[in-house]
Amino acid sequence: MAESAAKKKNPRVPMPEQEAQVRARNFLEVPTGYTVKMAQEEAARCLQCKKPACVQGCPVGVDIPGFIDLLSQGDMTGAIRHLWTKNALPAVCGRVCPQESQCEGLCIVGRKGEPVAIGNLERFCADYERENGTGELPPTAESTGKKVAVVGSGPSGLTVAGDLIVKGHDVTIFEAFHKPGGVLVYGIPEFRLPKAIVAQEVNFLERLGVKVECNVVVGKSVTVDELFEQGFDAVYVGVGAGLPRFMNIPGENLVGILSANEYLTRANLMKAYEYPKVDTPIPIGKNVVVLGAGNVAMDAARTAMRLGAENVRVVYRRSRDEMPARGAEIHHAVEEGIELYLLTNPTKYIGDENGRLTSMECLKMELGEPDDSGRRRPVAIEGSEFILDCDLCIVAVGSGANPLLTAETPDMELNRWGNVVADPKTGKTTKRGVWAGGDIVTGAATVILAMGAGREAADSIHDFLTYGW
Amino acid sequence: MFKIVRREEMAEGTVILNEIEAPNIASKAKPGQFVILKANEEGERIPLTMAETNPEAGTVTIIYMVVGKSTALFRDLKVGDSYQDVIGPLGKATHLEKVGKVICVGGGTGVAVLHPITRALKDVGNEVTCIIGARTKDLLILEDQMRSASHDLRLCTDDGSYGHHGFVTDVMKEVLDQGDVKQVVAIGPVPMMRAVSNITKEYGVDLLVSLNPIMVDGTGMCGGCRVTVGGETKFACVDGPEFDGHEVDYDELMLRLRAYEADEKKCHSDYCTIRDAK
Repeated sequence: MAESAAKKKNPRVPMPEQEAQVRARNFLEVPTGYTVKMAQEEAARCLQCKKPACVQGCPVGVDIPGFIDLLSQGDMTGAIRHLWTKNALPAVCGRVCPQESQCEGLCIVGRKGEPVAIGNLERFCADYERENGTGELPPTAESTGKKVAVVGSGPSGLTVAGDLIVKGHDVTIFEAFHKPGGVLVYGIPEFRLPKAIVAQEVNFLERLGVKVECNVVVGKSVTVDELFEQGFDAVYVGVGAGLPRFMNIPGENLVGILSANEYLTRANLMKAYEYPKVDTPIPIGKNVVVLGAGNVAMDAARTAMRLGAENVRVVYRRSRDEMPARGAEIHHAVEEGIELYLLTNPTKYIGDENGRLTSMECLKMELGEPDDSGRRRPVAIEGSEFILDCDLCIVAVGSGANPLLTAETPDMELNRWGNVVADPKTGKTTKRGVWAGGDIVTGAATVILAMGAGREAADSIHDFLTYGW
Repeated sequence: MFKIVRREEMAEGTVILNEIEAPNIASKAKPGQFVILKANEEGERIPLTMAETNPEAGTVTIIYMVVGKSTALFRDLKVGDSYQDVIGPLGKATHLEKVGKVICVGGGTGVAVLHPITRALKDVGNEVTCIIGARTKDLLILEDQMRSASHDLRLCTDDGSYGHHGFVTDVMKEVLDQGDVKQVVAIGPVPMMRAVSNITKEYGVDLLVSLNPIMVDGTGMCGGCRVTVGGETKFACVDGPEFDGHEVDYDELMLRLRAYEADEKKCHSDYCTIRDAK
């Protein structure tokens, strides 16, 4: 009771958002952003701690009280420049970081009420600069004459590029897709992260001097060794975890079963939600089932709803407490009418004579003893089979390491899952001059963890370029 | 941007050749590999296996049949125009080995894909008989090139307008009957590859096919191109596109190729309507 009273006394300034019924059928961003007044009102809630816990919770160590202080003084340009010293992608992080388990989770105000809305404020600063800013760039160090190749333009690669260009190195990003951004463009949907914002964050790096070369598949178009032959002094591998996993149950190759990677790539990167204005089609499901319960599953489910599904069901073998998705995303999804089929496990897909998916068979589960991961193991309830009507199934049960680059780099050590072995402190791989970070090292994780890995690798690359291996 | 430096209509309005400036791809590409192309900002990504590469000139050549909107869009590009995106080389290169007597069978625009493989098989010392076919004479492509790429070239048309009247499989049986054939390579429409597979199985001759499933990224990250080979799921873009022809589930491939049939038809007809109105 005391807690809810405190919440009422000093509540955070809510961010306005589209009504659930409206947004469930459009691709516009759900939260619409703070006004200047709202941002300053929220900034005033920060206690400006001498030893700020929030900073400990930020994987890239943003000086949170520092930028909030500048913002409350009305110095928007100062605030964003202060953010940029630690984070090249504030508009992205303000939107997609799981703040509840990072900076905001440690905010002292949160102990007795709601924590300061750090993510919302970070987002505000970046958006304000983009819309009203001076366009003035942060200073960069004098050229060192050293060349760095960054493979992959996802969150970790962009962070490395941003850090090293500021330190005076010559940076080129190589991207396999025709647009830079990695998961920020192909994975996270427009309604969570507008693609114009990703493009502008990349453009910011380009204005700082980073070169971006798309359509280059390292491993196929060029190998890592050839990059060194071309005169690069160091290589950062940030190619992500882009190999979709399937369930390996009967009927998996029926028409209407897609990996979340394929479904979201069609929708986001290829903008298939605008079909036929664009040429890439996307299957429109009437009864849609999404397998899995992470952020990717939520993104796929909410996309299917927006494309006109009659019903969207998230099928997950554990219970709601174990769902790995961000709290806000599950909340938004349920508000938009997505049903959670928890403690349910698919056993086979069923199709018609044209090879098209029509339904799937599932089993009910119950939670048994904790497994190695400490989570209670789901156990099938005998005889509980039931049929779920389904003409589109999106498989979002995780992804592994794509071997395209690593197969052509035999002297770089991999672990038994095909992930690159890298020093957890520095990102150094077993191959001289090569660093790696993000999902290709850790397996599928979060945007901000990939950025944190990028930050550490960038520091280590800088040391190498300055002092040697 | 990837400029078109040469364009040929191999069959008027339906089979088109584009030679495209892409020096980085040209210097790396090997027989059997493919590229992904995208015409413009709104365009989709389409996979096409390279018919030829010229590292000196820095160009790659593709040959395609106009079957839908994207290929119609490609057809409307002139010399000097550019593809917005060309990505490659992708997929595994053909495994080349001297085995002795080999038959290369190509149907339709599959002949374009077969061309560099045939030439490479001959270059490593195999004795190559090549059988190529099309629905009708006008659609039969690369006759001269295939003649120079093989020791013996046989031609077929479904309607008898040129060469043997009938299917490539009829001619293939004749050659198989002469004995000693060690390997067959077949590239073309799925029903053709399936028919070839049934026959080579009977004769106990190895078969290599190049598959053409739907693709999006072409780098193994989506699984849109998955095919069942020997009971296992494979991604054609990274595990293939070439596979043991006796292990492929052709029925499944056929059904999966039709996944977007209705969308494709509508998209193409809308495009033609708009284009004709101009």
